[in-house]
Amino acid sequence: MVGPVQRSVRLISAYAACAAAIGLAAGIGWMREPRQYRTDPAVSHDLENFRLMKNGIGGAPPDVYFALGKPYETTAYDLSQGKRLYSWFGCAACHGTGEGGKGPSFIDGWWLYGPSMVSIVASIRDGRPHGMPAFRDRMTTDEIGQLAGYIKALGAYAATNSAPSRNDDKHSRPAENRAPAAALFEQGPVPMHPDQGPSP
Amino acid sequence: MQSAWDAQGHSAEVLKHLMLGIIGVCTLIWLLVVLMLFAALVKRRGQAPLQGEHAERKTRLVVYLSVAVTTIIVAGLTLASFFATRDLVVGRDMDLTVRIKGQQWWWQVTYEGSSFGPRFQTANELHIPVGRNVRLELESIDVIHSFWVPSLAGKQDMIPGRMNVLTLRAERPGVYRGQCAEFCGLQHSHMALMVVAQDDDQYRRWAQAQALDAAVPDDTEVQAGRAVFMRKPCAACHTVRGTEAQGSSGPDLTHVGGRRTIAAGLLETTRGSLAAWTADPQTLKPGTNMPIVPLTSEELQQVSAYMETLK
Ligand code: HEC
Ligand code: HEC
Ligand SMILES: [Cu+2]
Repeated sequence: MVGPVQRSVRLISAYAACAAAIGLAAGIGWMREPRQYRTDPAVSHDLENFRLMKNGIGGAPPDVYFALGKPYETTAYDLSQGKRLYSWFGCAACHGTGEGGKGPSFIDGWWLYGPSMVSIVASIRDGRPHGMPAFRDRMTTDEIGQLAGYIKALGAYAATNSAPSRNDDKHSRPAENRAPAAALFEQGPVPMHPDQGPSP
Repeated sequence: MQSAWDAQGHSAEVLKHLMLGIIGVCTLIWLLVVLMLFAALVKRRGQAPLQGEHAERKTRLVVYLSVAVTTIIVAGLTLASFFATRDLVVGRDMDLTVRIKGQQWWWQVTYEGSSFGPRFQTANELHIPVGRNVRLELESIDVIHSFWVPSLAGKQDMIPGRMNVLTLRAERPGVYRGQCAEFCGLQHSHMALMVVAQDDDQYRRWAQAQALDAAVPDDTEVQAGRAVFMRKPCAACHTVRGTEAQGSSGPDLTHVGGRRTIAAGLLETTRGSLAAWTADPQTLKPGTNMPIVPLTSEELQQVSAYMETLK
């Protein structure tokens, strides 16, 4: 037989467990990553100031980029938009689904102009001399940032939690957040285009 | 607002009759059941219940009868629904074929060449000739959407990677509102579509005007607006036929000024709404795939003047 004290202890612990579960769910909901659809024009103006080194490789993103928590690289929404832009703006024509083609691969672990966000933004925005067109006039600053964040995720060596939406069609490489570059890293650059890359 | 009770097309009428029939039969049955229940409740429990051979026979009869009646009713409704569904494909010969691609969150509409005129593309507004069978080829390029114009026909899903076909046939002229009927993300509720049913002549005139290239501006402000449009990212996403703008990720804007609404039924098309939309689409339709393109207020005025002239 269960005594009245035991019964009320059980009842109270059941209630406590329920409350904890609801609290946990609410907490997770509250911690959910907020989506930022609209970048304030003033912020977006500041975000334009990705400063590039003279040789066109590396540099410094504007302070506001860090203040916002490096959105283009860390939020799933921005990565997904980047993925959409990758197909909208025809990058696949030259870079395939990341494995390269007429242009260099993003997932062999090698970067002609360095792996930093600034370099990737600059490659897209200003173009590169050996056949990479400039997208400055065709995309907004925000879009270039989203696309660059996505390219960076494609070439990542370390897996991350934020992932863009999945492919509907056949997969030709590991998913973006599974660090494709670590899986596909080549010991030396695939000598597909010896003519591409920074000129001395 | 749209309503399936306001049937103005062949399929919608068939469906409306089916719905009325089913609701009628079910209501009748429900009333009978409630009535019997009520009768049983108020009946006085005078004499003792029947027993023996006679009662057995009576109960059996009642069970047989109710099973038979249920079977007949269910079979009848099934048959009615079967014939109604078969009647939805109106006729085998189609007068017009239109390909509609649903996407987050608008409709790309491509008319195939027909006896009414050549092939052309538009968005978010479908014109059809009254009394004609229009074959709609429904596709999606991202997630599942559903095409639904309640006054004209039932729903049909739009599924990425496959084509579903729906026949529209409007019996009376009018403007019928349609709406995406499958939750498709943030702006699902702002994914509407206008269907304009008009007589053959009006339709032919509309189709032939739509197939033309965009008007060439003579006004200086409008010319400046066109230059801004071509210089800015607008041209990379939108097509204006007859110009170098050949983008295909946004709606075709060749005749945007002549459409009733912009952004899939969000706003009526006026110069003001065109300007408001261009200035800040992310406030009007948060999450939409058109970005804020930074423009000076002068450029904004010029671009919206240009959009307005694209009739
Ligand atoms: C016409 C072909 C072509 C298209 C289209 C194209 N690229 Fe490229 N891309 C190239 C070539 C060629 C290079 C190498 C340039 C060089 O070495 O100077 C390159 C280089 C790059 C680099 C630098 C890679 C590195 O290793 O440092 C990035 C990043 C890049 N492209 C991104 C993009 C994105 C994003 C798009 C779509 C918006 C795109 N490209 C579209 C041809 C193209
Ligand atoms: C990155 C691509 C992109 C760019 C750049 C872009 N748009 Fe759009 N635009 C879209 C998309 C996508 C829609 C559909 C939005 C919706 O309804 O959700 C749209 C819708 C519109 C519409 C409403 C069309 C209709 O019939 O519903 C107008 C007008 C318009 N854009 C004008 C412009 C102008 C002017 C510019 C340049 C200042 C511009 N767009 C830049 C992608 C773009
Ligand atoms: Cu939809």
